[in-house]
Amino acid sequence: MAKVTLTINGRPVQAEQGQTVLEAATAAGIYIPTLCAHPDLKPEGVCRICVVEVKGQRVLPTSCTLPVAEGMIVDTNTPNVRDARKIVVELLLANHPSDCLTCSRNQTCELQKLSQEVGIRQLPFEGARRRHESDVSSPSIIRNPEKCVLCQRCVRVCHQIQSVGCIFTSNRGWDTEIGPAFGQDLANTACVYCGQCVAHCPTGALETVNPSSAVWDDLRNPDKYVIVQTAPAVRAAIGEEFGLPPGTRVTGKMVAALRRMGFDKVFDTDFSADLTIVEEAHELVKRVSEGGKLPMITSCSPGWVNFIETFYPDLLGHLSSCKSPQQMFGAVAKTYYAQKLGIDPARMVVVSVMPCVAKKFECERPEMRSSGYKDVDYVLTTREAAGMMHEAGINLAELPDAEFDQPLGITTGAGVIFGATGGVMEAALRTAYEVITGKEVPSLDITAVRGMDGVKEATIDINGLPVKAAVAHGLANAREIMDRVRSGEADYTFIEVMACPGGCLGGGGQPYPTTPEIRKKRAEAIYAIDRDMVLRKSHENPAIQELYAEFLGEPLGHKSHELLHTHYTPKDAYEQDEDLEPASV
Amino acid sequence: MPFYRAHVLVCCGNTCEMRGGRALLQLLTEQVQQSGLADEIRVVETGCLGVSDHGPAMVVYPEGIIYAGVQRSDIAEIVSEHLLKGRVVQRLVYTGPQAPPVEPEARVSYFGKQRKIVLKNCGVINPRSIQEYIAVGGYEALGKALTQMTPMQTVEEIKDSGLRGRGGAAFPTGLKWEFVADAPGTERVVVCNADEGEPGNFKDRLILEGDPHKVLEAMVISGYAVGARRGYVYIRGEYRQSVDNFENAIAEARQMGLLGENIFDSGFAFDIFVYKGAGAYVCGEETALIESLEGHRGEPRLKPPFPVTHGLWGMPTLVNNVETLANVPSIIQEGADWYRSIGTEQSKGTKIFSPCGDVLTPGVIEVPYGITVREVLYDIAGGPRGAADIKGVMVGGPSGIVIGQESFDRAFAFEDLSPGAGALIVFDETRCIVDIVANVAQFFAHESCGQCVPCREGGRRLLDILNGWTKGVGVASELDLVDSLGVGLRMASRCGLGQFAPVALLSSMELFREEFQSHVLDRHCPTGVCDMTSAVTDEQEQLSWLR
Amino acid sequence: MAVEKTCCASAEEEKAVRTALEAFEPVRTNLIPMLHAVQETLGQIPGWAMEEVAETLNVPVAEVWGTASFYTMFDLQSRAKHIIRLCESPPCHITGAAGILDAIQEELGIGPGEVTPDGVFGLELVSCFGVCGVAPAMIVDHEVHGNLRPEMVPQLLQKYREQ
Repeated sequence: MAKVTLTINGRPVQAEQGQTVLEAATAAGIYIPTLCAHPDLKPEGVCRICVVEVKGQRVLPTSCTLPVAEGMIVDTNTPNVRDARKIVVELLLANHPSDCLTCSRNQTCELQKLSQEVGIRQLPFEGARRRHESDVSSPSIIRNPEKCVLCQRCVRVCHQIQSVGCIFTSNRGWDTEIGPAFGQDLANTACVYCGQCVAHCPTGALETVNPSSAVWDDLRNPDKYVIVQTAPAVRAAIGEEFGLPPGTRVTGKMVAALRRMGFDKVFDTDFSADLTIVEEAHELVKRVSEGGKLPMITSCSPGWVNFIETFYPDLLGHLSSCKSPQQMFGAVAKTYYAQKLGIDPARMVVVSVMPCVAKKFECERPEMRSSGYKDVDYVLTTREAAGMMHEAGINLAELPDAEFDQPLGITTGAGVIFGATGGVMEAALRTAYEVITGKEVPSLDITAVRGMDGVKEATIDINGLPVKAAVAHGLANAREIMDRVRSGEADYTFIEVMACPGGCLGGGGQPYPTTPEIRKKRAEAIYAIDRDMVLRKSHENPAIQELYAEFLGEPLGHKSHELLHTHYTPKDAYEQDEDLEPASV
Repeated sequence: MPFYRAHVLVCCGNTCEMRGGRALLQLLTEQVQQSGLADEIRVVETGCLGVSDHGPAMVVYPEGIIYAGVQRSDIAEIVSEHLLKGRVVQRLVYTGPQAPPVEPEARVSYFGKQRKIVLKNCGVINPRSIQEYIAVGGYEALGKALTQMTPMQTVEEIKDSGLRGRGGAAFPTGLKWEFVADAPGTERVVVCNADEGEPGNFKDRLILEGDPHKVLEAMVISGYAVGARRGYVYIRGEYRQSVDNFENAIAEARQMGLLGENIFDSGFAFDIFVYKGAGAYVCGEETALIESLEGHRGEPRLKPPFPVTHGLWGMPTLVNNVETLANVPSIIQEGADWYRSIGTEQSKGTKIFSPCGDVLTPGVIEVPYGITVREVLYDIAGGPRGAADIKGVMVGGPSGIVIGQESFDRAFAFEDLSPGAGALIVFDETRCIVDIVANVAQFFAHESCGQCVPCREGGRRLLDILNGWTKGVGVASELDLVDSLGVGLRMASRCGLGQFAPVALLSSMELFREEFQSHVLDRHCPTGVCDMTSAVTDEQEQLSWLR
Repeated sequence: MAVEKTCCASAEEEKAVRTALEAFEPVRTNLIPMLHAVQETLGQIPGWAMEEVAETLNVPVAEVWGTASFYTMFDLQSRAKHIIRLCESPPCHITGAAGILDAIQEELGIGPGEVTPDGVFGLELVSCFGVCGVAPAMIVDHEVHGNLRPEMVPQLLQKYREQ
């Protein structure tokens, strides 16, 4: 890359050709406030917060969109720039409900931060404000369009990263709004509930459906036996909510915090991830050996399951019938574990702590009641669980480490890497290799499927049988693979898809903010946990072995089918559910 | 072509048509036939004659007599008196705004100061007949370019002519052509911007209705010059007749081999497609137009990259305004030197203006650059239409500056007063400037694409405040607030729409400071236009605070 | 996957829309021409037709809706038989558009954005449509009326009422 030299605030700055002024300034330690910019997304330059003065230009360009040029003279701090920023924030606030104290984004809101940064002390503009009802139609996501600043980050992530496109900008000018077609509710759209829109929203315009008060109610109810499971990616991120740097491993502290909250048992979704691997590896082996439908595709990401049901209903036969680890956990807890404990499963409450927003939808599916009860009662996101800890005055960062309860807390390294893109593939191959060959897998680290490339491919030789593997994260990448599967171009054996960029560690329910850099750090933490585990293959998990011996029988057996496998329903991407009278034009 | 001793061209332009132009055409054709004159006199339809305020109109050649305000009952008289006996029907003759004695041919001062290059054929030929266009020298320029000039020479000719964009931005046209011709890429495309939406402008409609082949010819020449094989005409959806006439022109040109493969046996291939807009002013901005053409919301793109390198579908794209293109055939035909002889030092050629509002003769006129505001307003457009004198003019439309009488001796030229797209929205002394700029704010609030904060939010706040002023509920601090908001829009908006939205306001606040202050501080409208009955007195205001 | 179609589409309407859309190559650049064609066919663009367009072009429904709602010529809501589009831009404003608006309001009893109870007239304020030489002006359906004076309004509207 060619280097260029420009001047920012009187200082010579070196930058690479193709970089933006914002990137060059940030690299040089010069801060420019932003709002609509996000490192995951193509810049749009719509909020106009990051404007700078460039010598020779009569207006102020946005630094997020302005490419650097040799000899360019930039000033980030002139009266014109300060005035423009201030007026932009004043204009945004004039159209914003100033209910910061009760907003779910209080202290994590980027608009609030900007208001402080540019020094807003009064609101000069009065008058009309756009009024909108909140949309509480979905089990996962709440839309509060009144708090929307129209930065289009949600639209960009929904279209560019996820290729779902269930929300878009409509109308124009003052009447511009962002939402589903015809002003409908989100529940009537092709939304897959990945929650990336929530993760990328700078304000409280998009939030998750938060069940924490119901969880508190059950925790204080002596008749309820409340157990909690924590997904692999949570331990690599929840520390961020308590001021710890991204990538800090806090498994033990998290367990301690949950125990202090009052859960009767603190268990690990890694356990049921191991169970998923055993079932899924056997399913793969069966499909390969018996001529079943290939490629087989993973089914543990509920956003992805929603996506394939909606956009590739013709390919549902490729999807593994395995439930996700969360749902396997619930089904096992309310049957096997309740029996073991001798308690009535009706009294048992299963709470999940998940990096995921779509899990909230998943646990509401009618298929997810194979225990005879709702297998998983509540799903808390990482952020919501941390919020409850804050409510309880628990500072996770300062707690001593604690251990998961047994037996549903006994896990392997294969279970934990579920939290990173490529992890399910790697874990499944570790087990599939040994199921097929009966020999020990030569290397546990299948690095070809690790990392943050959108689509990863590898061919693993299992005793002369080449297993062609593909891994995609982010649904636009999944779409790319699925189009090739549909056309018959792709001859993969096994495909892993995670709805969210980076896999679960980049889930819609993870701490704010989530950026490429932060995802990388969380992934490092997850792979470090795997590396340090004694057991790293799911089928070697003694608790899993005991579960099969005592209760399930064998993988893919009758009981497994009843409790651990599911079926899928095709959906229509173009038809909205309700009558289509435009709600607003 | 058979020989006719006279031609009667009946205006079926948009405004004449709505006053029954087409019915007159039919009636006249019938009566000419009934009188046995069908072999001698040819009745044809034409585009606007430039007297649209007084339509329906028709012109009789060879005398060049224009009849205006013609009723159905007048047709018989025109046929029997003029066409049969050669006696002009004096009472119907259009004499221009100042009503000098009738002088056929040299005609009136309305036409005297005009110089028609772009509008030369408008109202003279039948726009739906390629033969008529060819008969007046049409497509000769294309033939010359394709057979005698290289693409580079064509670009050079336009560069040498000094032609600059007529859509408002005034970018040197030849330079733009050169950028596109030199841009890397295997495929290039040309786009004619016919999304004329700036209020007060209706010149492009007139050109498209009256002489579509000229624009078509220019597009083919531009395609040849920059190396494009395809052209798109983006016509605003409301211009149904423009769309119709242009589509007809394309069909005719295709049939004659002037579009398609191997034009003029030169090996050059080119085709043109019409694209209808759907109602969005911002699509006049070239990158918004490209977005719309690709099937998206008409939201302007970020620049750079510019369309000349990354335009339609990422290809190098030449976007030219209708009027700009309509200059091209004459330049190619007559040469750059001829063109440079018209106009001023830095502003070459002619400009089409559309004076409207409080003038006696609104319409479309073509004059050389360098003409003064006064000449256009008073000599050509006939001065004020009522008793009150002209108070000011919005130059170019709502996105242009407001000037007052003290600027009327300035010349329209890039080195003096830049005319924008050419609209001259005139208002007289009885009009209230605050009311007018509030209306301008309404326009921009309505047309904002909604992408960026200053324009979307700021446009609305500006409107609310100005509306308050027209109702007598303004407060003193708003004078400064409006000023800083206006500067914010100008400096921080994402595209020209927002950047130019406050221009009329800021310039008129300087020019008519007292009138603004009177509204805000004294809650009084000097012209009496604003209804201040809801104005709150200071006393009431204090009471409302106490309550 | 066949879900019941929405209430408003009759089999003929659906067929007409499908036929209209078949005339186009299914590429994104044809989105706006397709919407024009739907409007020509049905007089407006109902939601189900936007779904048809979305499916034909393989574009999200939200994007078709978002694009259609950007352009003022697309009629996504009104069920009025005749739509009056009165220009409110400066040249018409200066020459008395407000008086014309008053006259229309008085005659029809509806304001901008509204439809008469009998569904005959809908009123909209629009930006300049380029007939400033005859300001103030309005378009009813596709017909332009210029040099308006308030007293002309009742008779002018009567003509449409009788159609």
